[in-house]
Amino acid sequence: MADGLTIPRTSTPAAGVRAPSVDIYAPQWRNFIFVAPFLFFFTTLLIFPLLWGMWLSFHKADTFSSGNFVGLGNYIRLFNDKVFLQSVWNTFYFVLLTVPTLALIGLFLALCLNRRTRTAAVLRTLFFSSSVLSVTIVTLIWRIVFIPNVGLLSTIYGWFGATAPAFISDPSLAMIGIAIATVWWCIGLPMMLFLSALQQIPQDIYEAAALDNANRWQTLRSITLPSIKRTFVLVIIIQIVLQFQLFGQAWLMTRGGPNNLTKPIVLYIYDTAFRRWDLGMGAAASEILFILILIAAMAQYLVARNKADQA
Amino acid sequence: MTAEIEIRNVSKHFGAMAVLEDLSLSIKAREFIVFLGPSGCGKSTLLRMIAGLETVDSGEIAINNERIDHLPPGKRGIAMVFQSYALYPHMSVRDNMAFGLENIGMSREVIDARINEAARILEMAHLLERKPGQLSGGQRQRVAIGRAIVKEPKAFLFDEPLSNLDAALRTRTRIELAQLHQRLQSTMIFVTHDQVEAMTLADRIVVMNNRRIEQIGSPMEIYERPATKFVAGFVGAPAMNFVEATVDRSAGNATVRFADGMSVRTEIASSQLTGGKHSFGIRSEDVRIVPVGQGNTDGVVDVLERLGERTLIYARLGDGQQIVGSDVGNSRVAVGHKVGLAFDGQKSHLFNETGRAWHAREA
Repeated sequence: MADGLTIPRTSTPAAGVRAPSVDIYAPQWRNFIFVAPFLFFFTTLLIFPLLWGMWLSFHKADTFSSGNFVGLGNYIRLFNDKVFLQSVWNTFYFVLLTVPTLALIGLFLALCLNRRTRTAAVLRTLFFSSSVLSVTIVTLIWRIVFIPNVGLLSTIYGWFGATAPAFISDPSLAMIGIAIATVWWCIGLPMMLFLSALQQIPQDIYEAAALDNANRWQTLRSITLPSIKRTFVLVIIIQIVLQFQLFGQAWLMTRGGPNNLTKPIVLYIYDTAFRRWDLGMGAAASEILFILILIAAMAQYLVARNKADQA
Repeated sequence: MTAEIEIRNVSKHFGAMAVLEDLSLSIKAREFIVFLGPSGCGKSTLLRMIAGLETVDSGEIAINNERIDHLPPGKRGIAMVFQSYALYPHMSVRDNMAFGLENIGMSREVIDARINEAARILEMAHLLERKPGQLSGGQRQRVAIGRAIVKEPKAFLFDEPLSNLDAALRTRTRIELAQLHQRLQSTMIFVTHDQVEAMTLADRIVVMNNRRIEQIGSPMEIYERPATKFVAGFVGAPAMNFVEATVDRSAGNATVRFADGMSVRTEIASSQLTGGKHSFGIRSEDVRIVPVGQGNTDGVVDVLERLGERTLIYARLGDGQQIVGSDVGNSRVAVGHKVGLAFDGQKSHLFNETGRAWHAREA
């Protein structure tokens, strides 16, 4: 193999002396120049802050000094802080509300819009268009929908003489309100991933199923869903990683309230580190979130690796 | 179970483009029929219309005198083997074969019995628990056939099922398909663009071209008495020789005169022929290589193709037209030699300008 990949030098060799061949795949140090810019920014903007964050989490630190080494002190304080525990629960609750909904609605939309009609193309664009909006716009839209008395929801309920649910102020509904806004905002990506998976299913398998007397439900259950199983897992994991990082919607819609019931971990970190200036404890909370997301990311990696093995 | 299939005045359009026009065909029970034609001639579309995978724009399709063109594919009592096999990738071979039977609520015992019988016929019992991804091309092909067999259909439809196999496996599978037909005694419709598959498998061949049927006949009828110039050129390798010539109809049998003044007396009755220009057609095995001046015309050898048991000689005539002749395997003819070409008048054909063919009187 290696012989086949070598090319002779083009310089004129001395009579009777074979020119040494060059392995074009051999590592060469000058190639490092090409990756150096990326490595510089990767190290300074990702690796260094990550390690510094870990270091900070073991110290009592504020903006003026890095303070004393406190060991696991920050972590112990965290786990004794009811607000932090509440924010961890809130985050899990939010992930539980949004991730299955995003996956199921995304799949449903993809199944409905997986056809070559103009209407389907327009609707695909419409459903995806919310994904390009910034969180500020999204929350503004949903505040207008949810706002009591004059909001869109109140107006519609008013037509039927009913009172709209108070999605922003009711403690039991506030997180659901944020989840609704988030699903509306994020539905484009799962829908597109499912669409691309559906479009990769060969048409002749459906034709074989039609000849095999499969009705719509049997075709969905036995052909379509097993064919996109891996994409379904991928969507779930991507969304878990994304939704664990809830911040903007909660901050802009409810400020974490009422009574911290919609405060996610990232908002807790922001409050602790940049409003109470307890950088050590904020860093410790960040590490906890990092570990939670890492577990989800590792799961994604394992799924992707299994997929590659089977391919 | 077997089926007579009747196709009456069927047409099909994709948008403004006509794919099949007013096509009629009767397929007898237990017949192995092959739709043969070049890409885009409509043969696969016709097969898919019988299967129910394409709608029929006009006309009727009936199986055993019952119209089926309005029925969904699963209700037509037919099974199809796809070019790509179309196996369900996430199901084991057993589940692939069972799927169609489960969907119609067949009992587990009957399903298992049918799968085991099909596996025995196709010698693939050891593959039943594997997934399609773990099978070779030939094994997938068997599974696809097995999935069709377990349904015990009235008719089998094959859509170019051998084209994804390598040459050796294709030959073997072809023989197995012929044996399968003898064993099952089912009606089989096979679509191909490969004339060797058509000639070796078919009871009758339907040669299709340009949205319509050119000829229906047994393989030897098609080969020896092609109805049109297209059929004559499409079936047979190398293709039939066509030479522009003048036809002398003064005697009882037509005489063909070539540009160099030499001629061949055919066995084609002059009275059948209409006026106008004709092409003289003859297959390479009916053109013998003889010493210069002793044949019907002479030519200079352009190319030699040594096939082992015979040698194909590509010779150029005086007027620039090329003729392929056949010589013995160890022919001493070389490129650049001038040779005589002797035509077998009994095996010659004439084609008029519309492509219609005339052949020697039948013995």
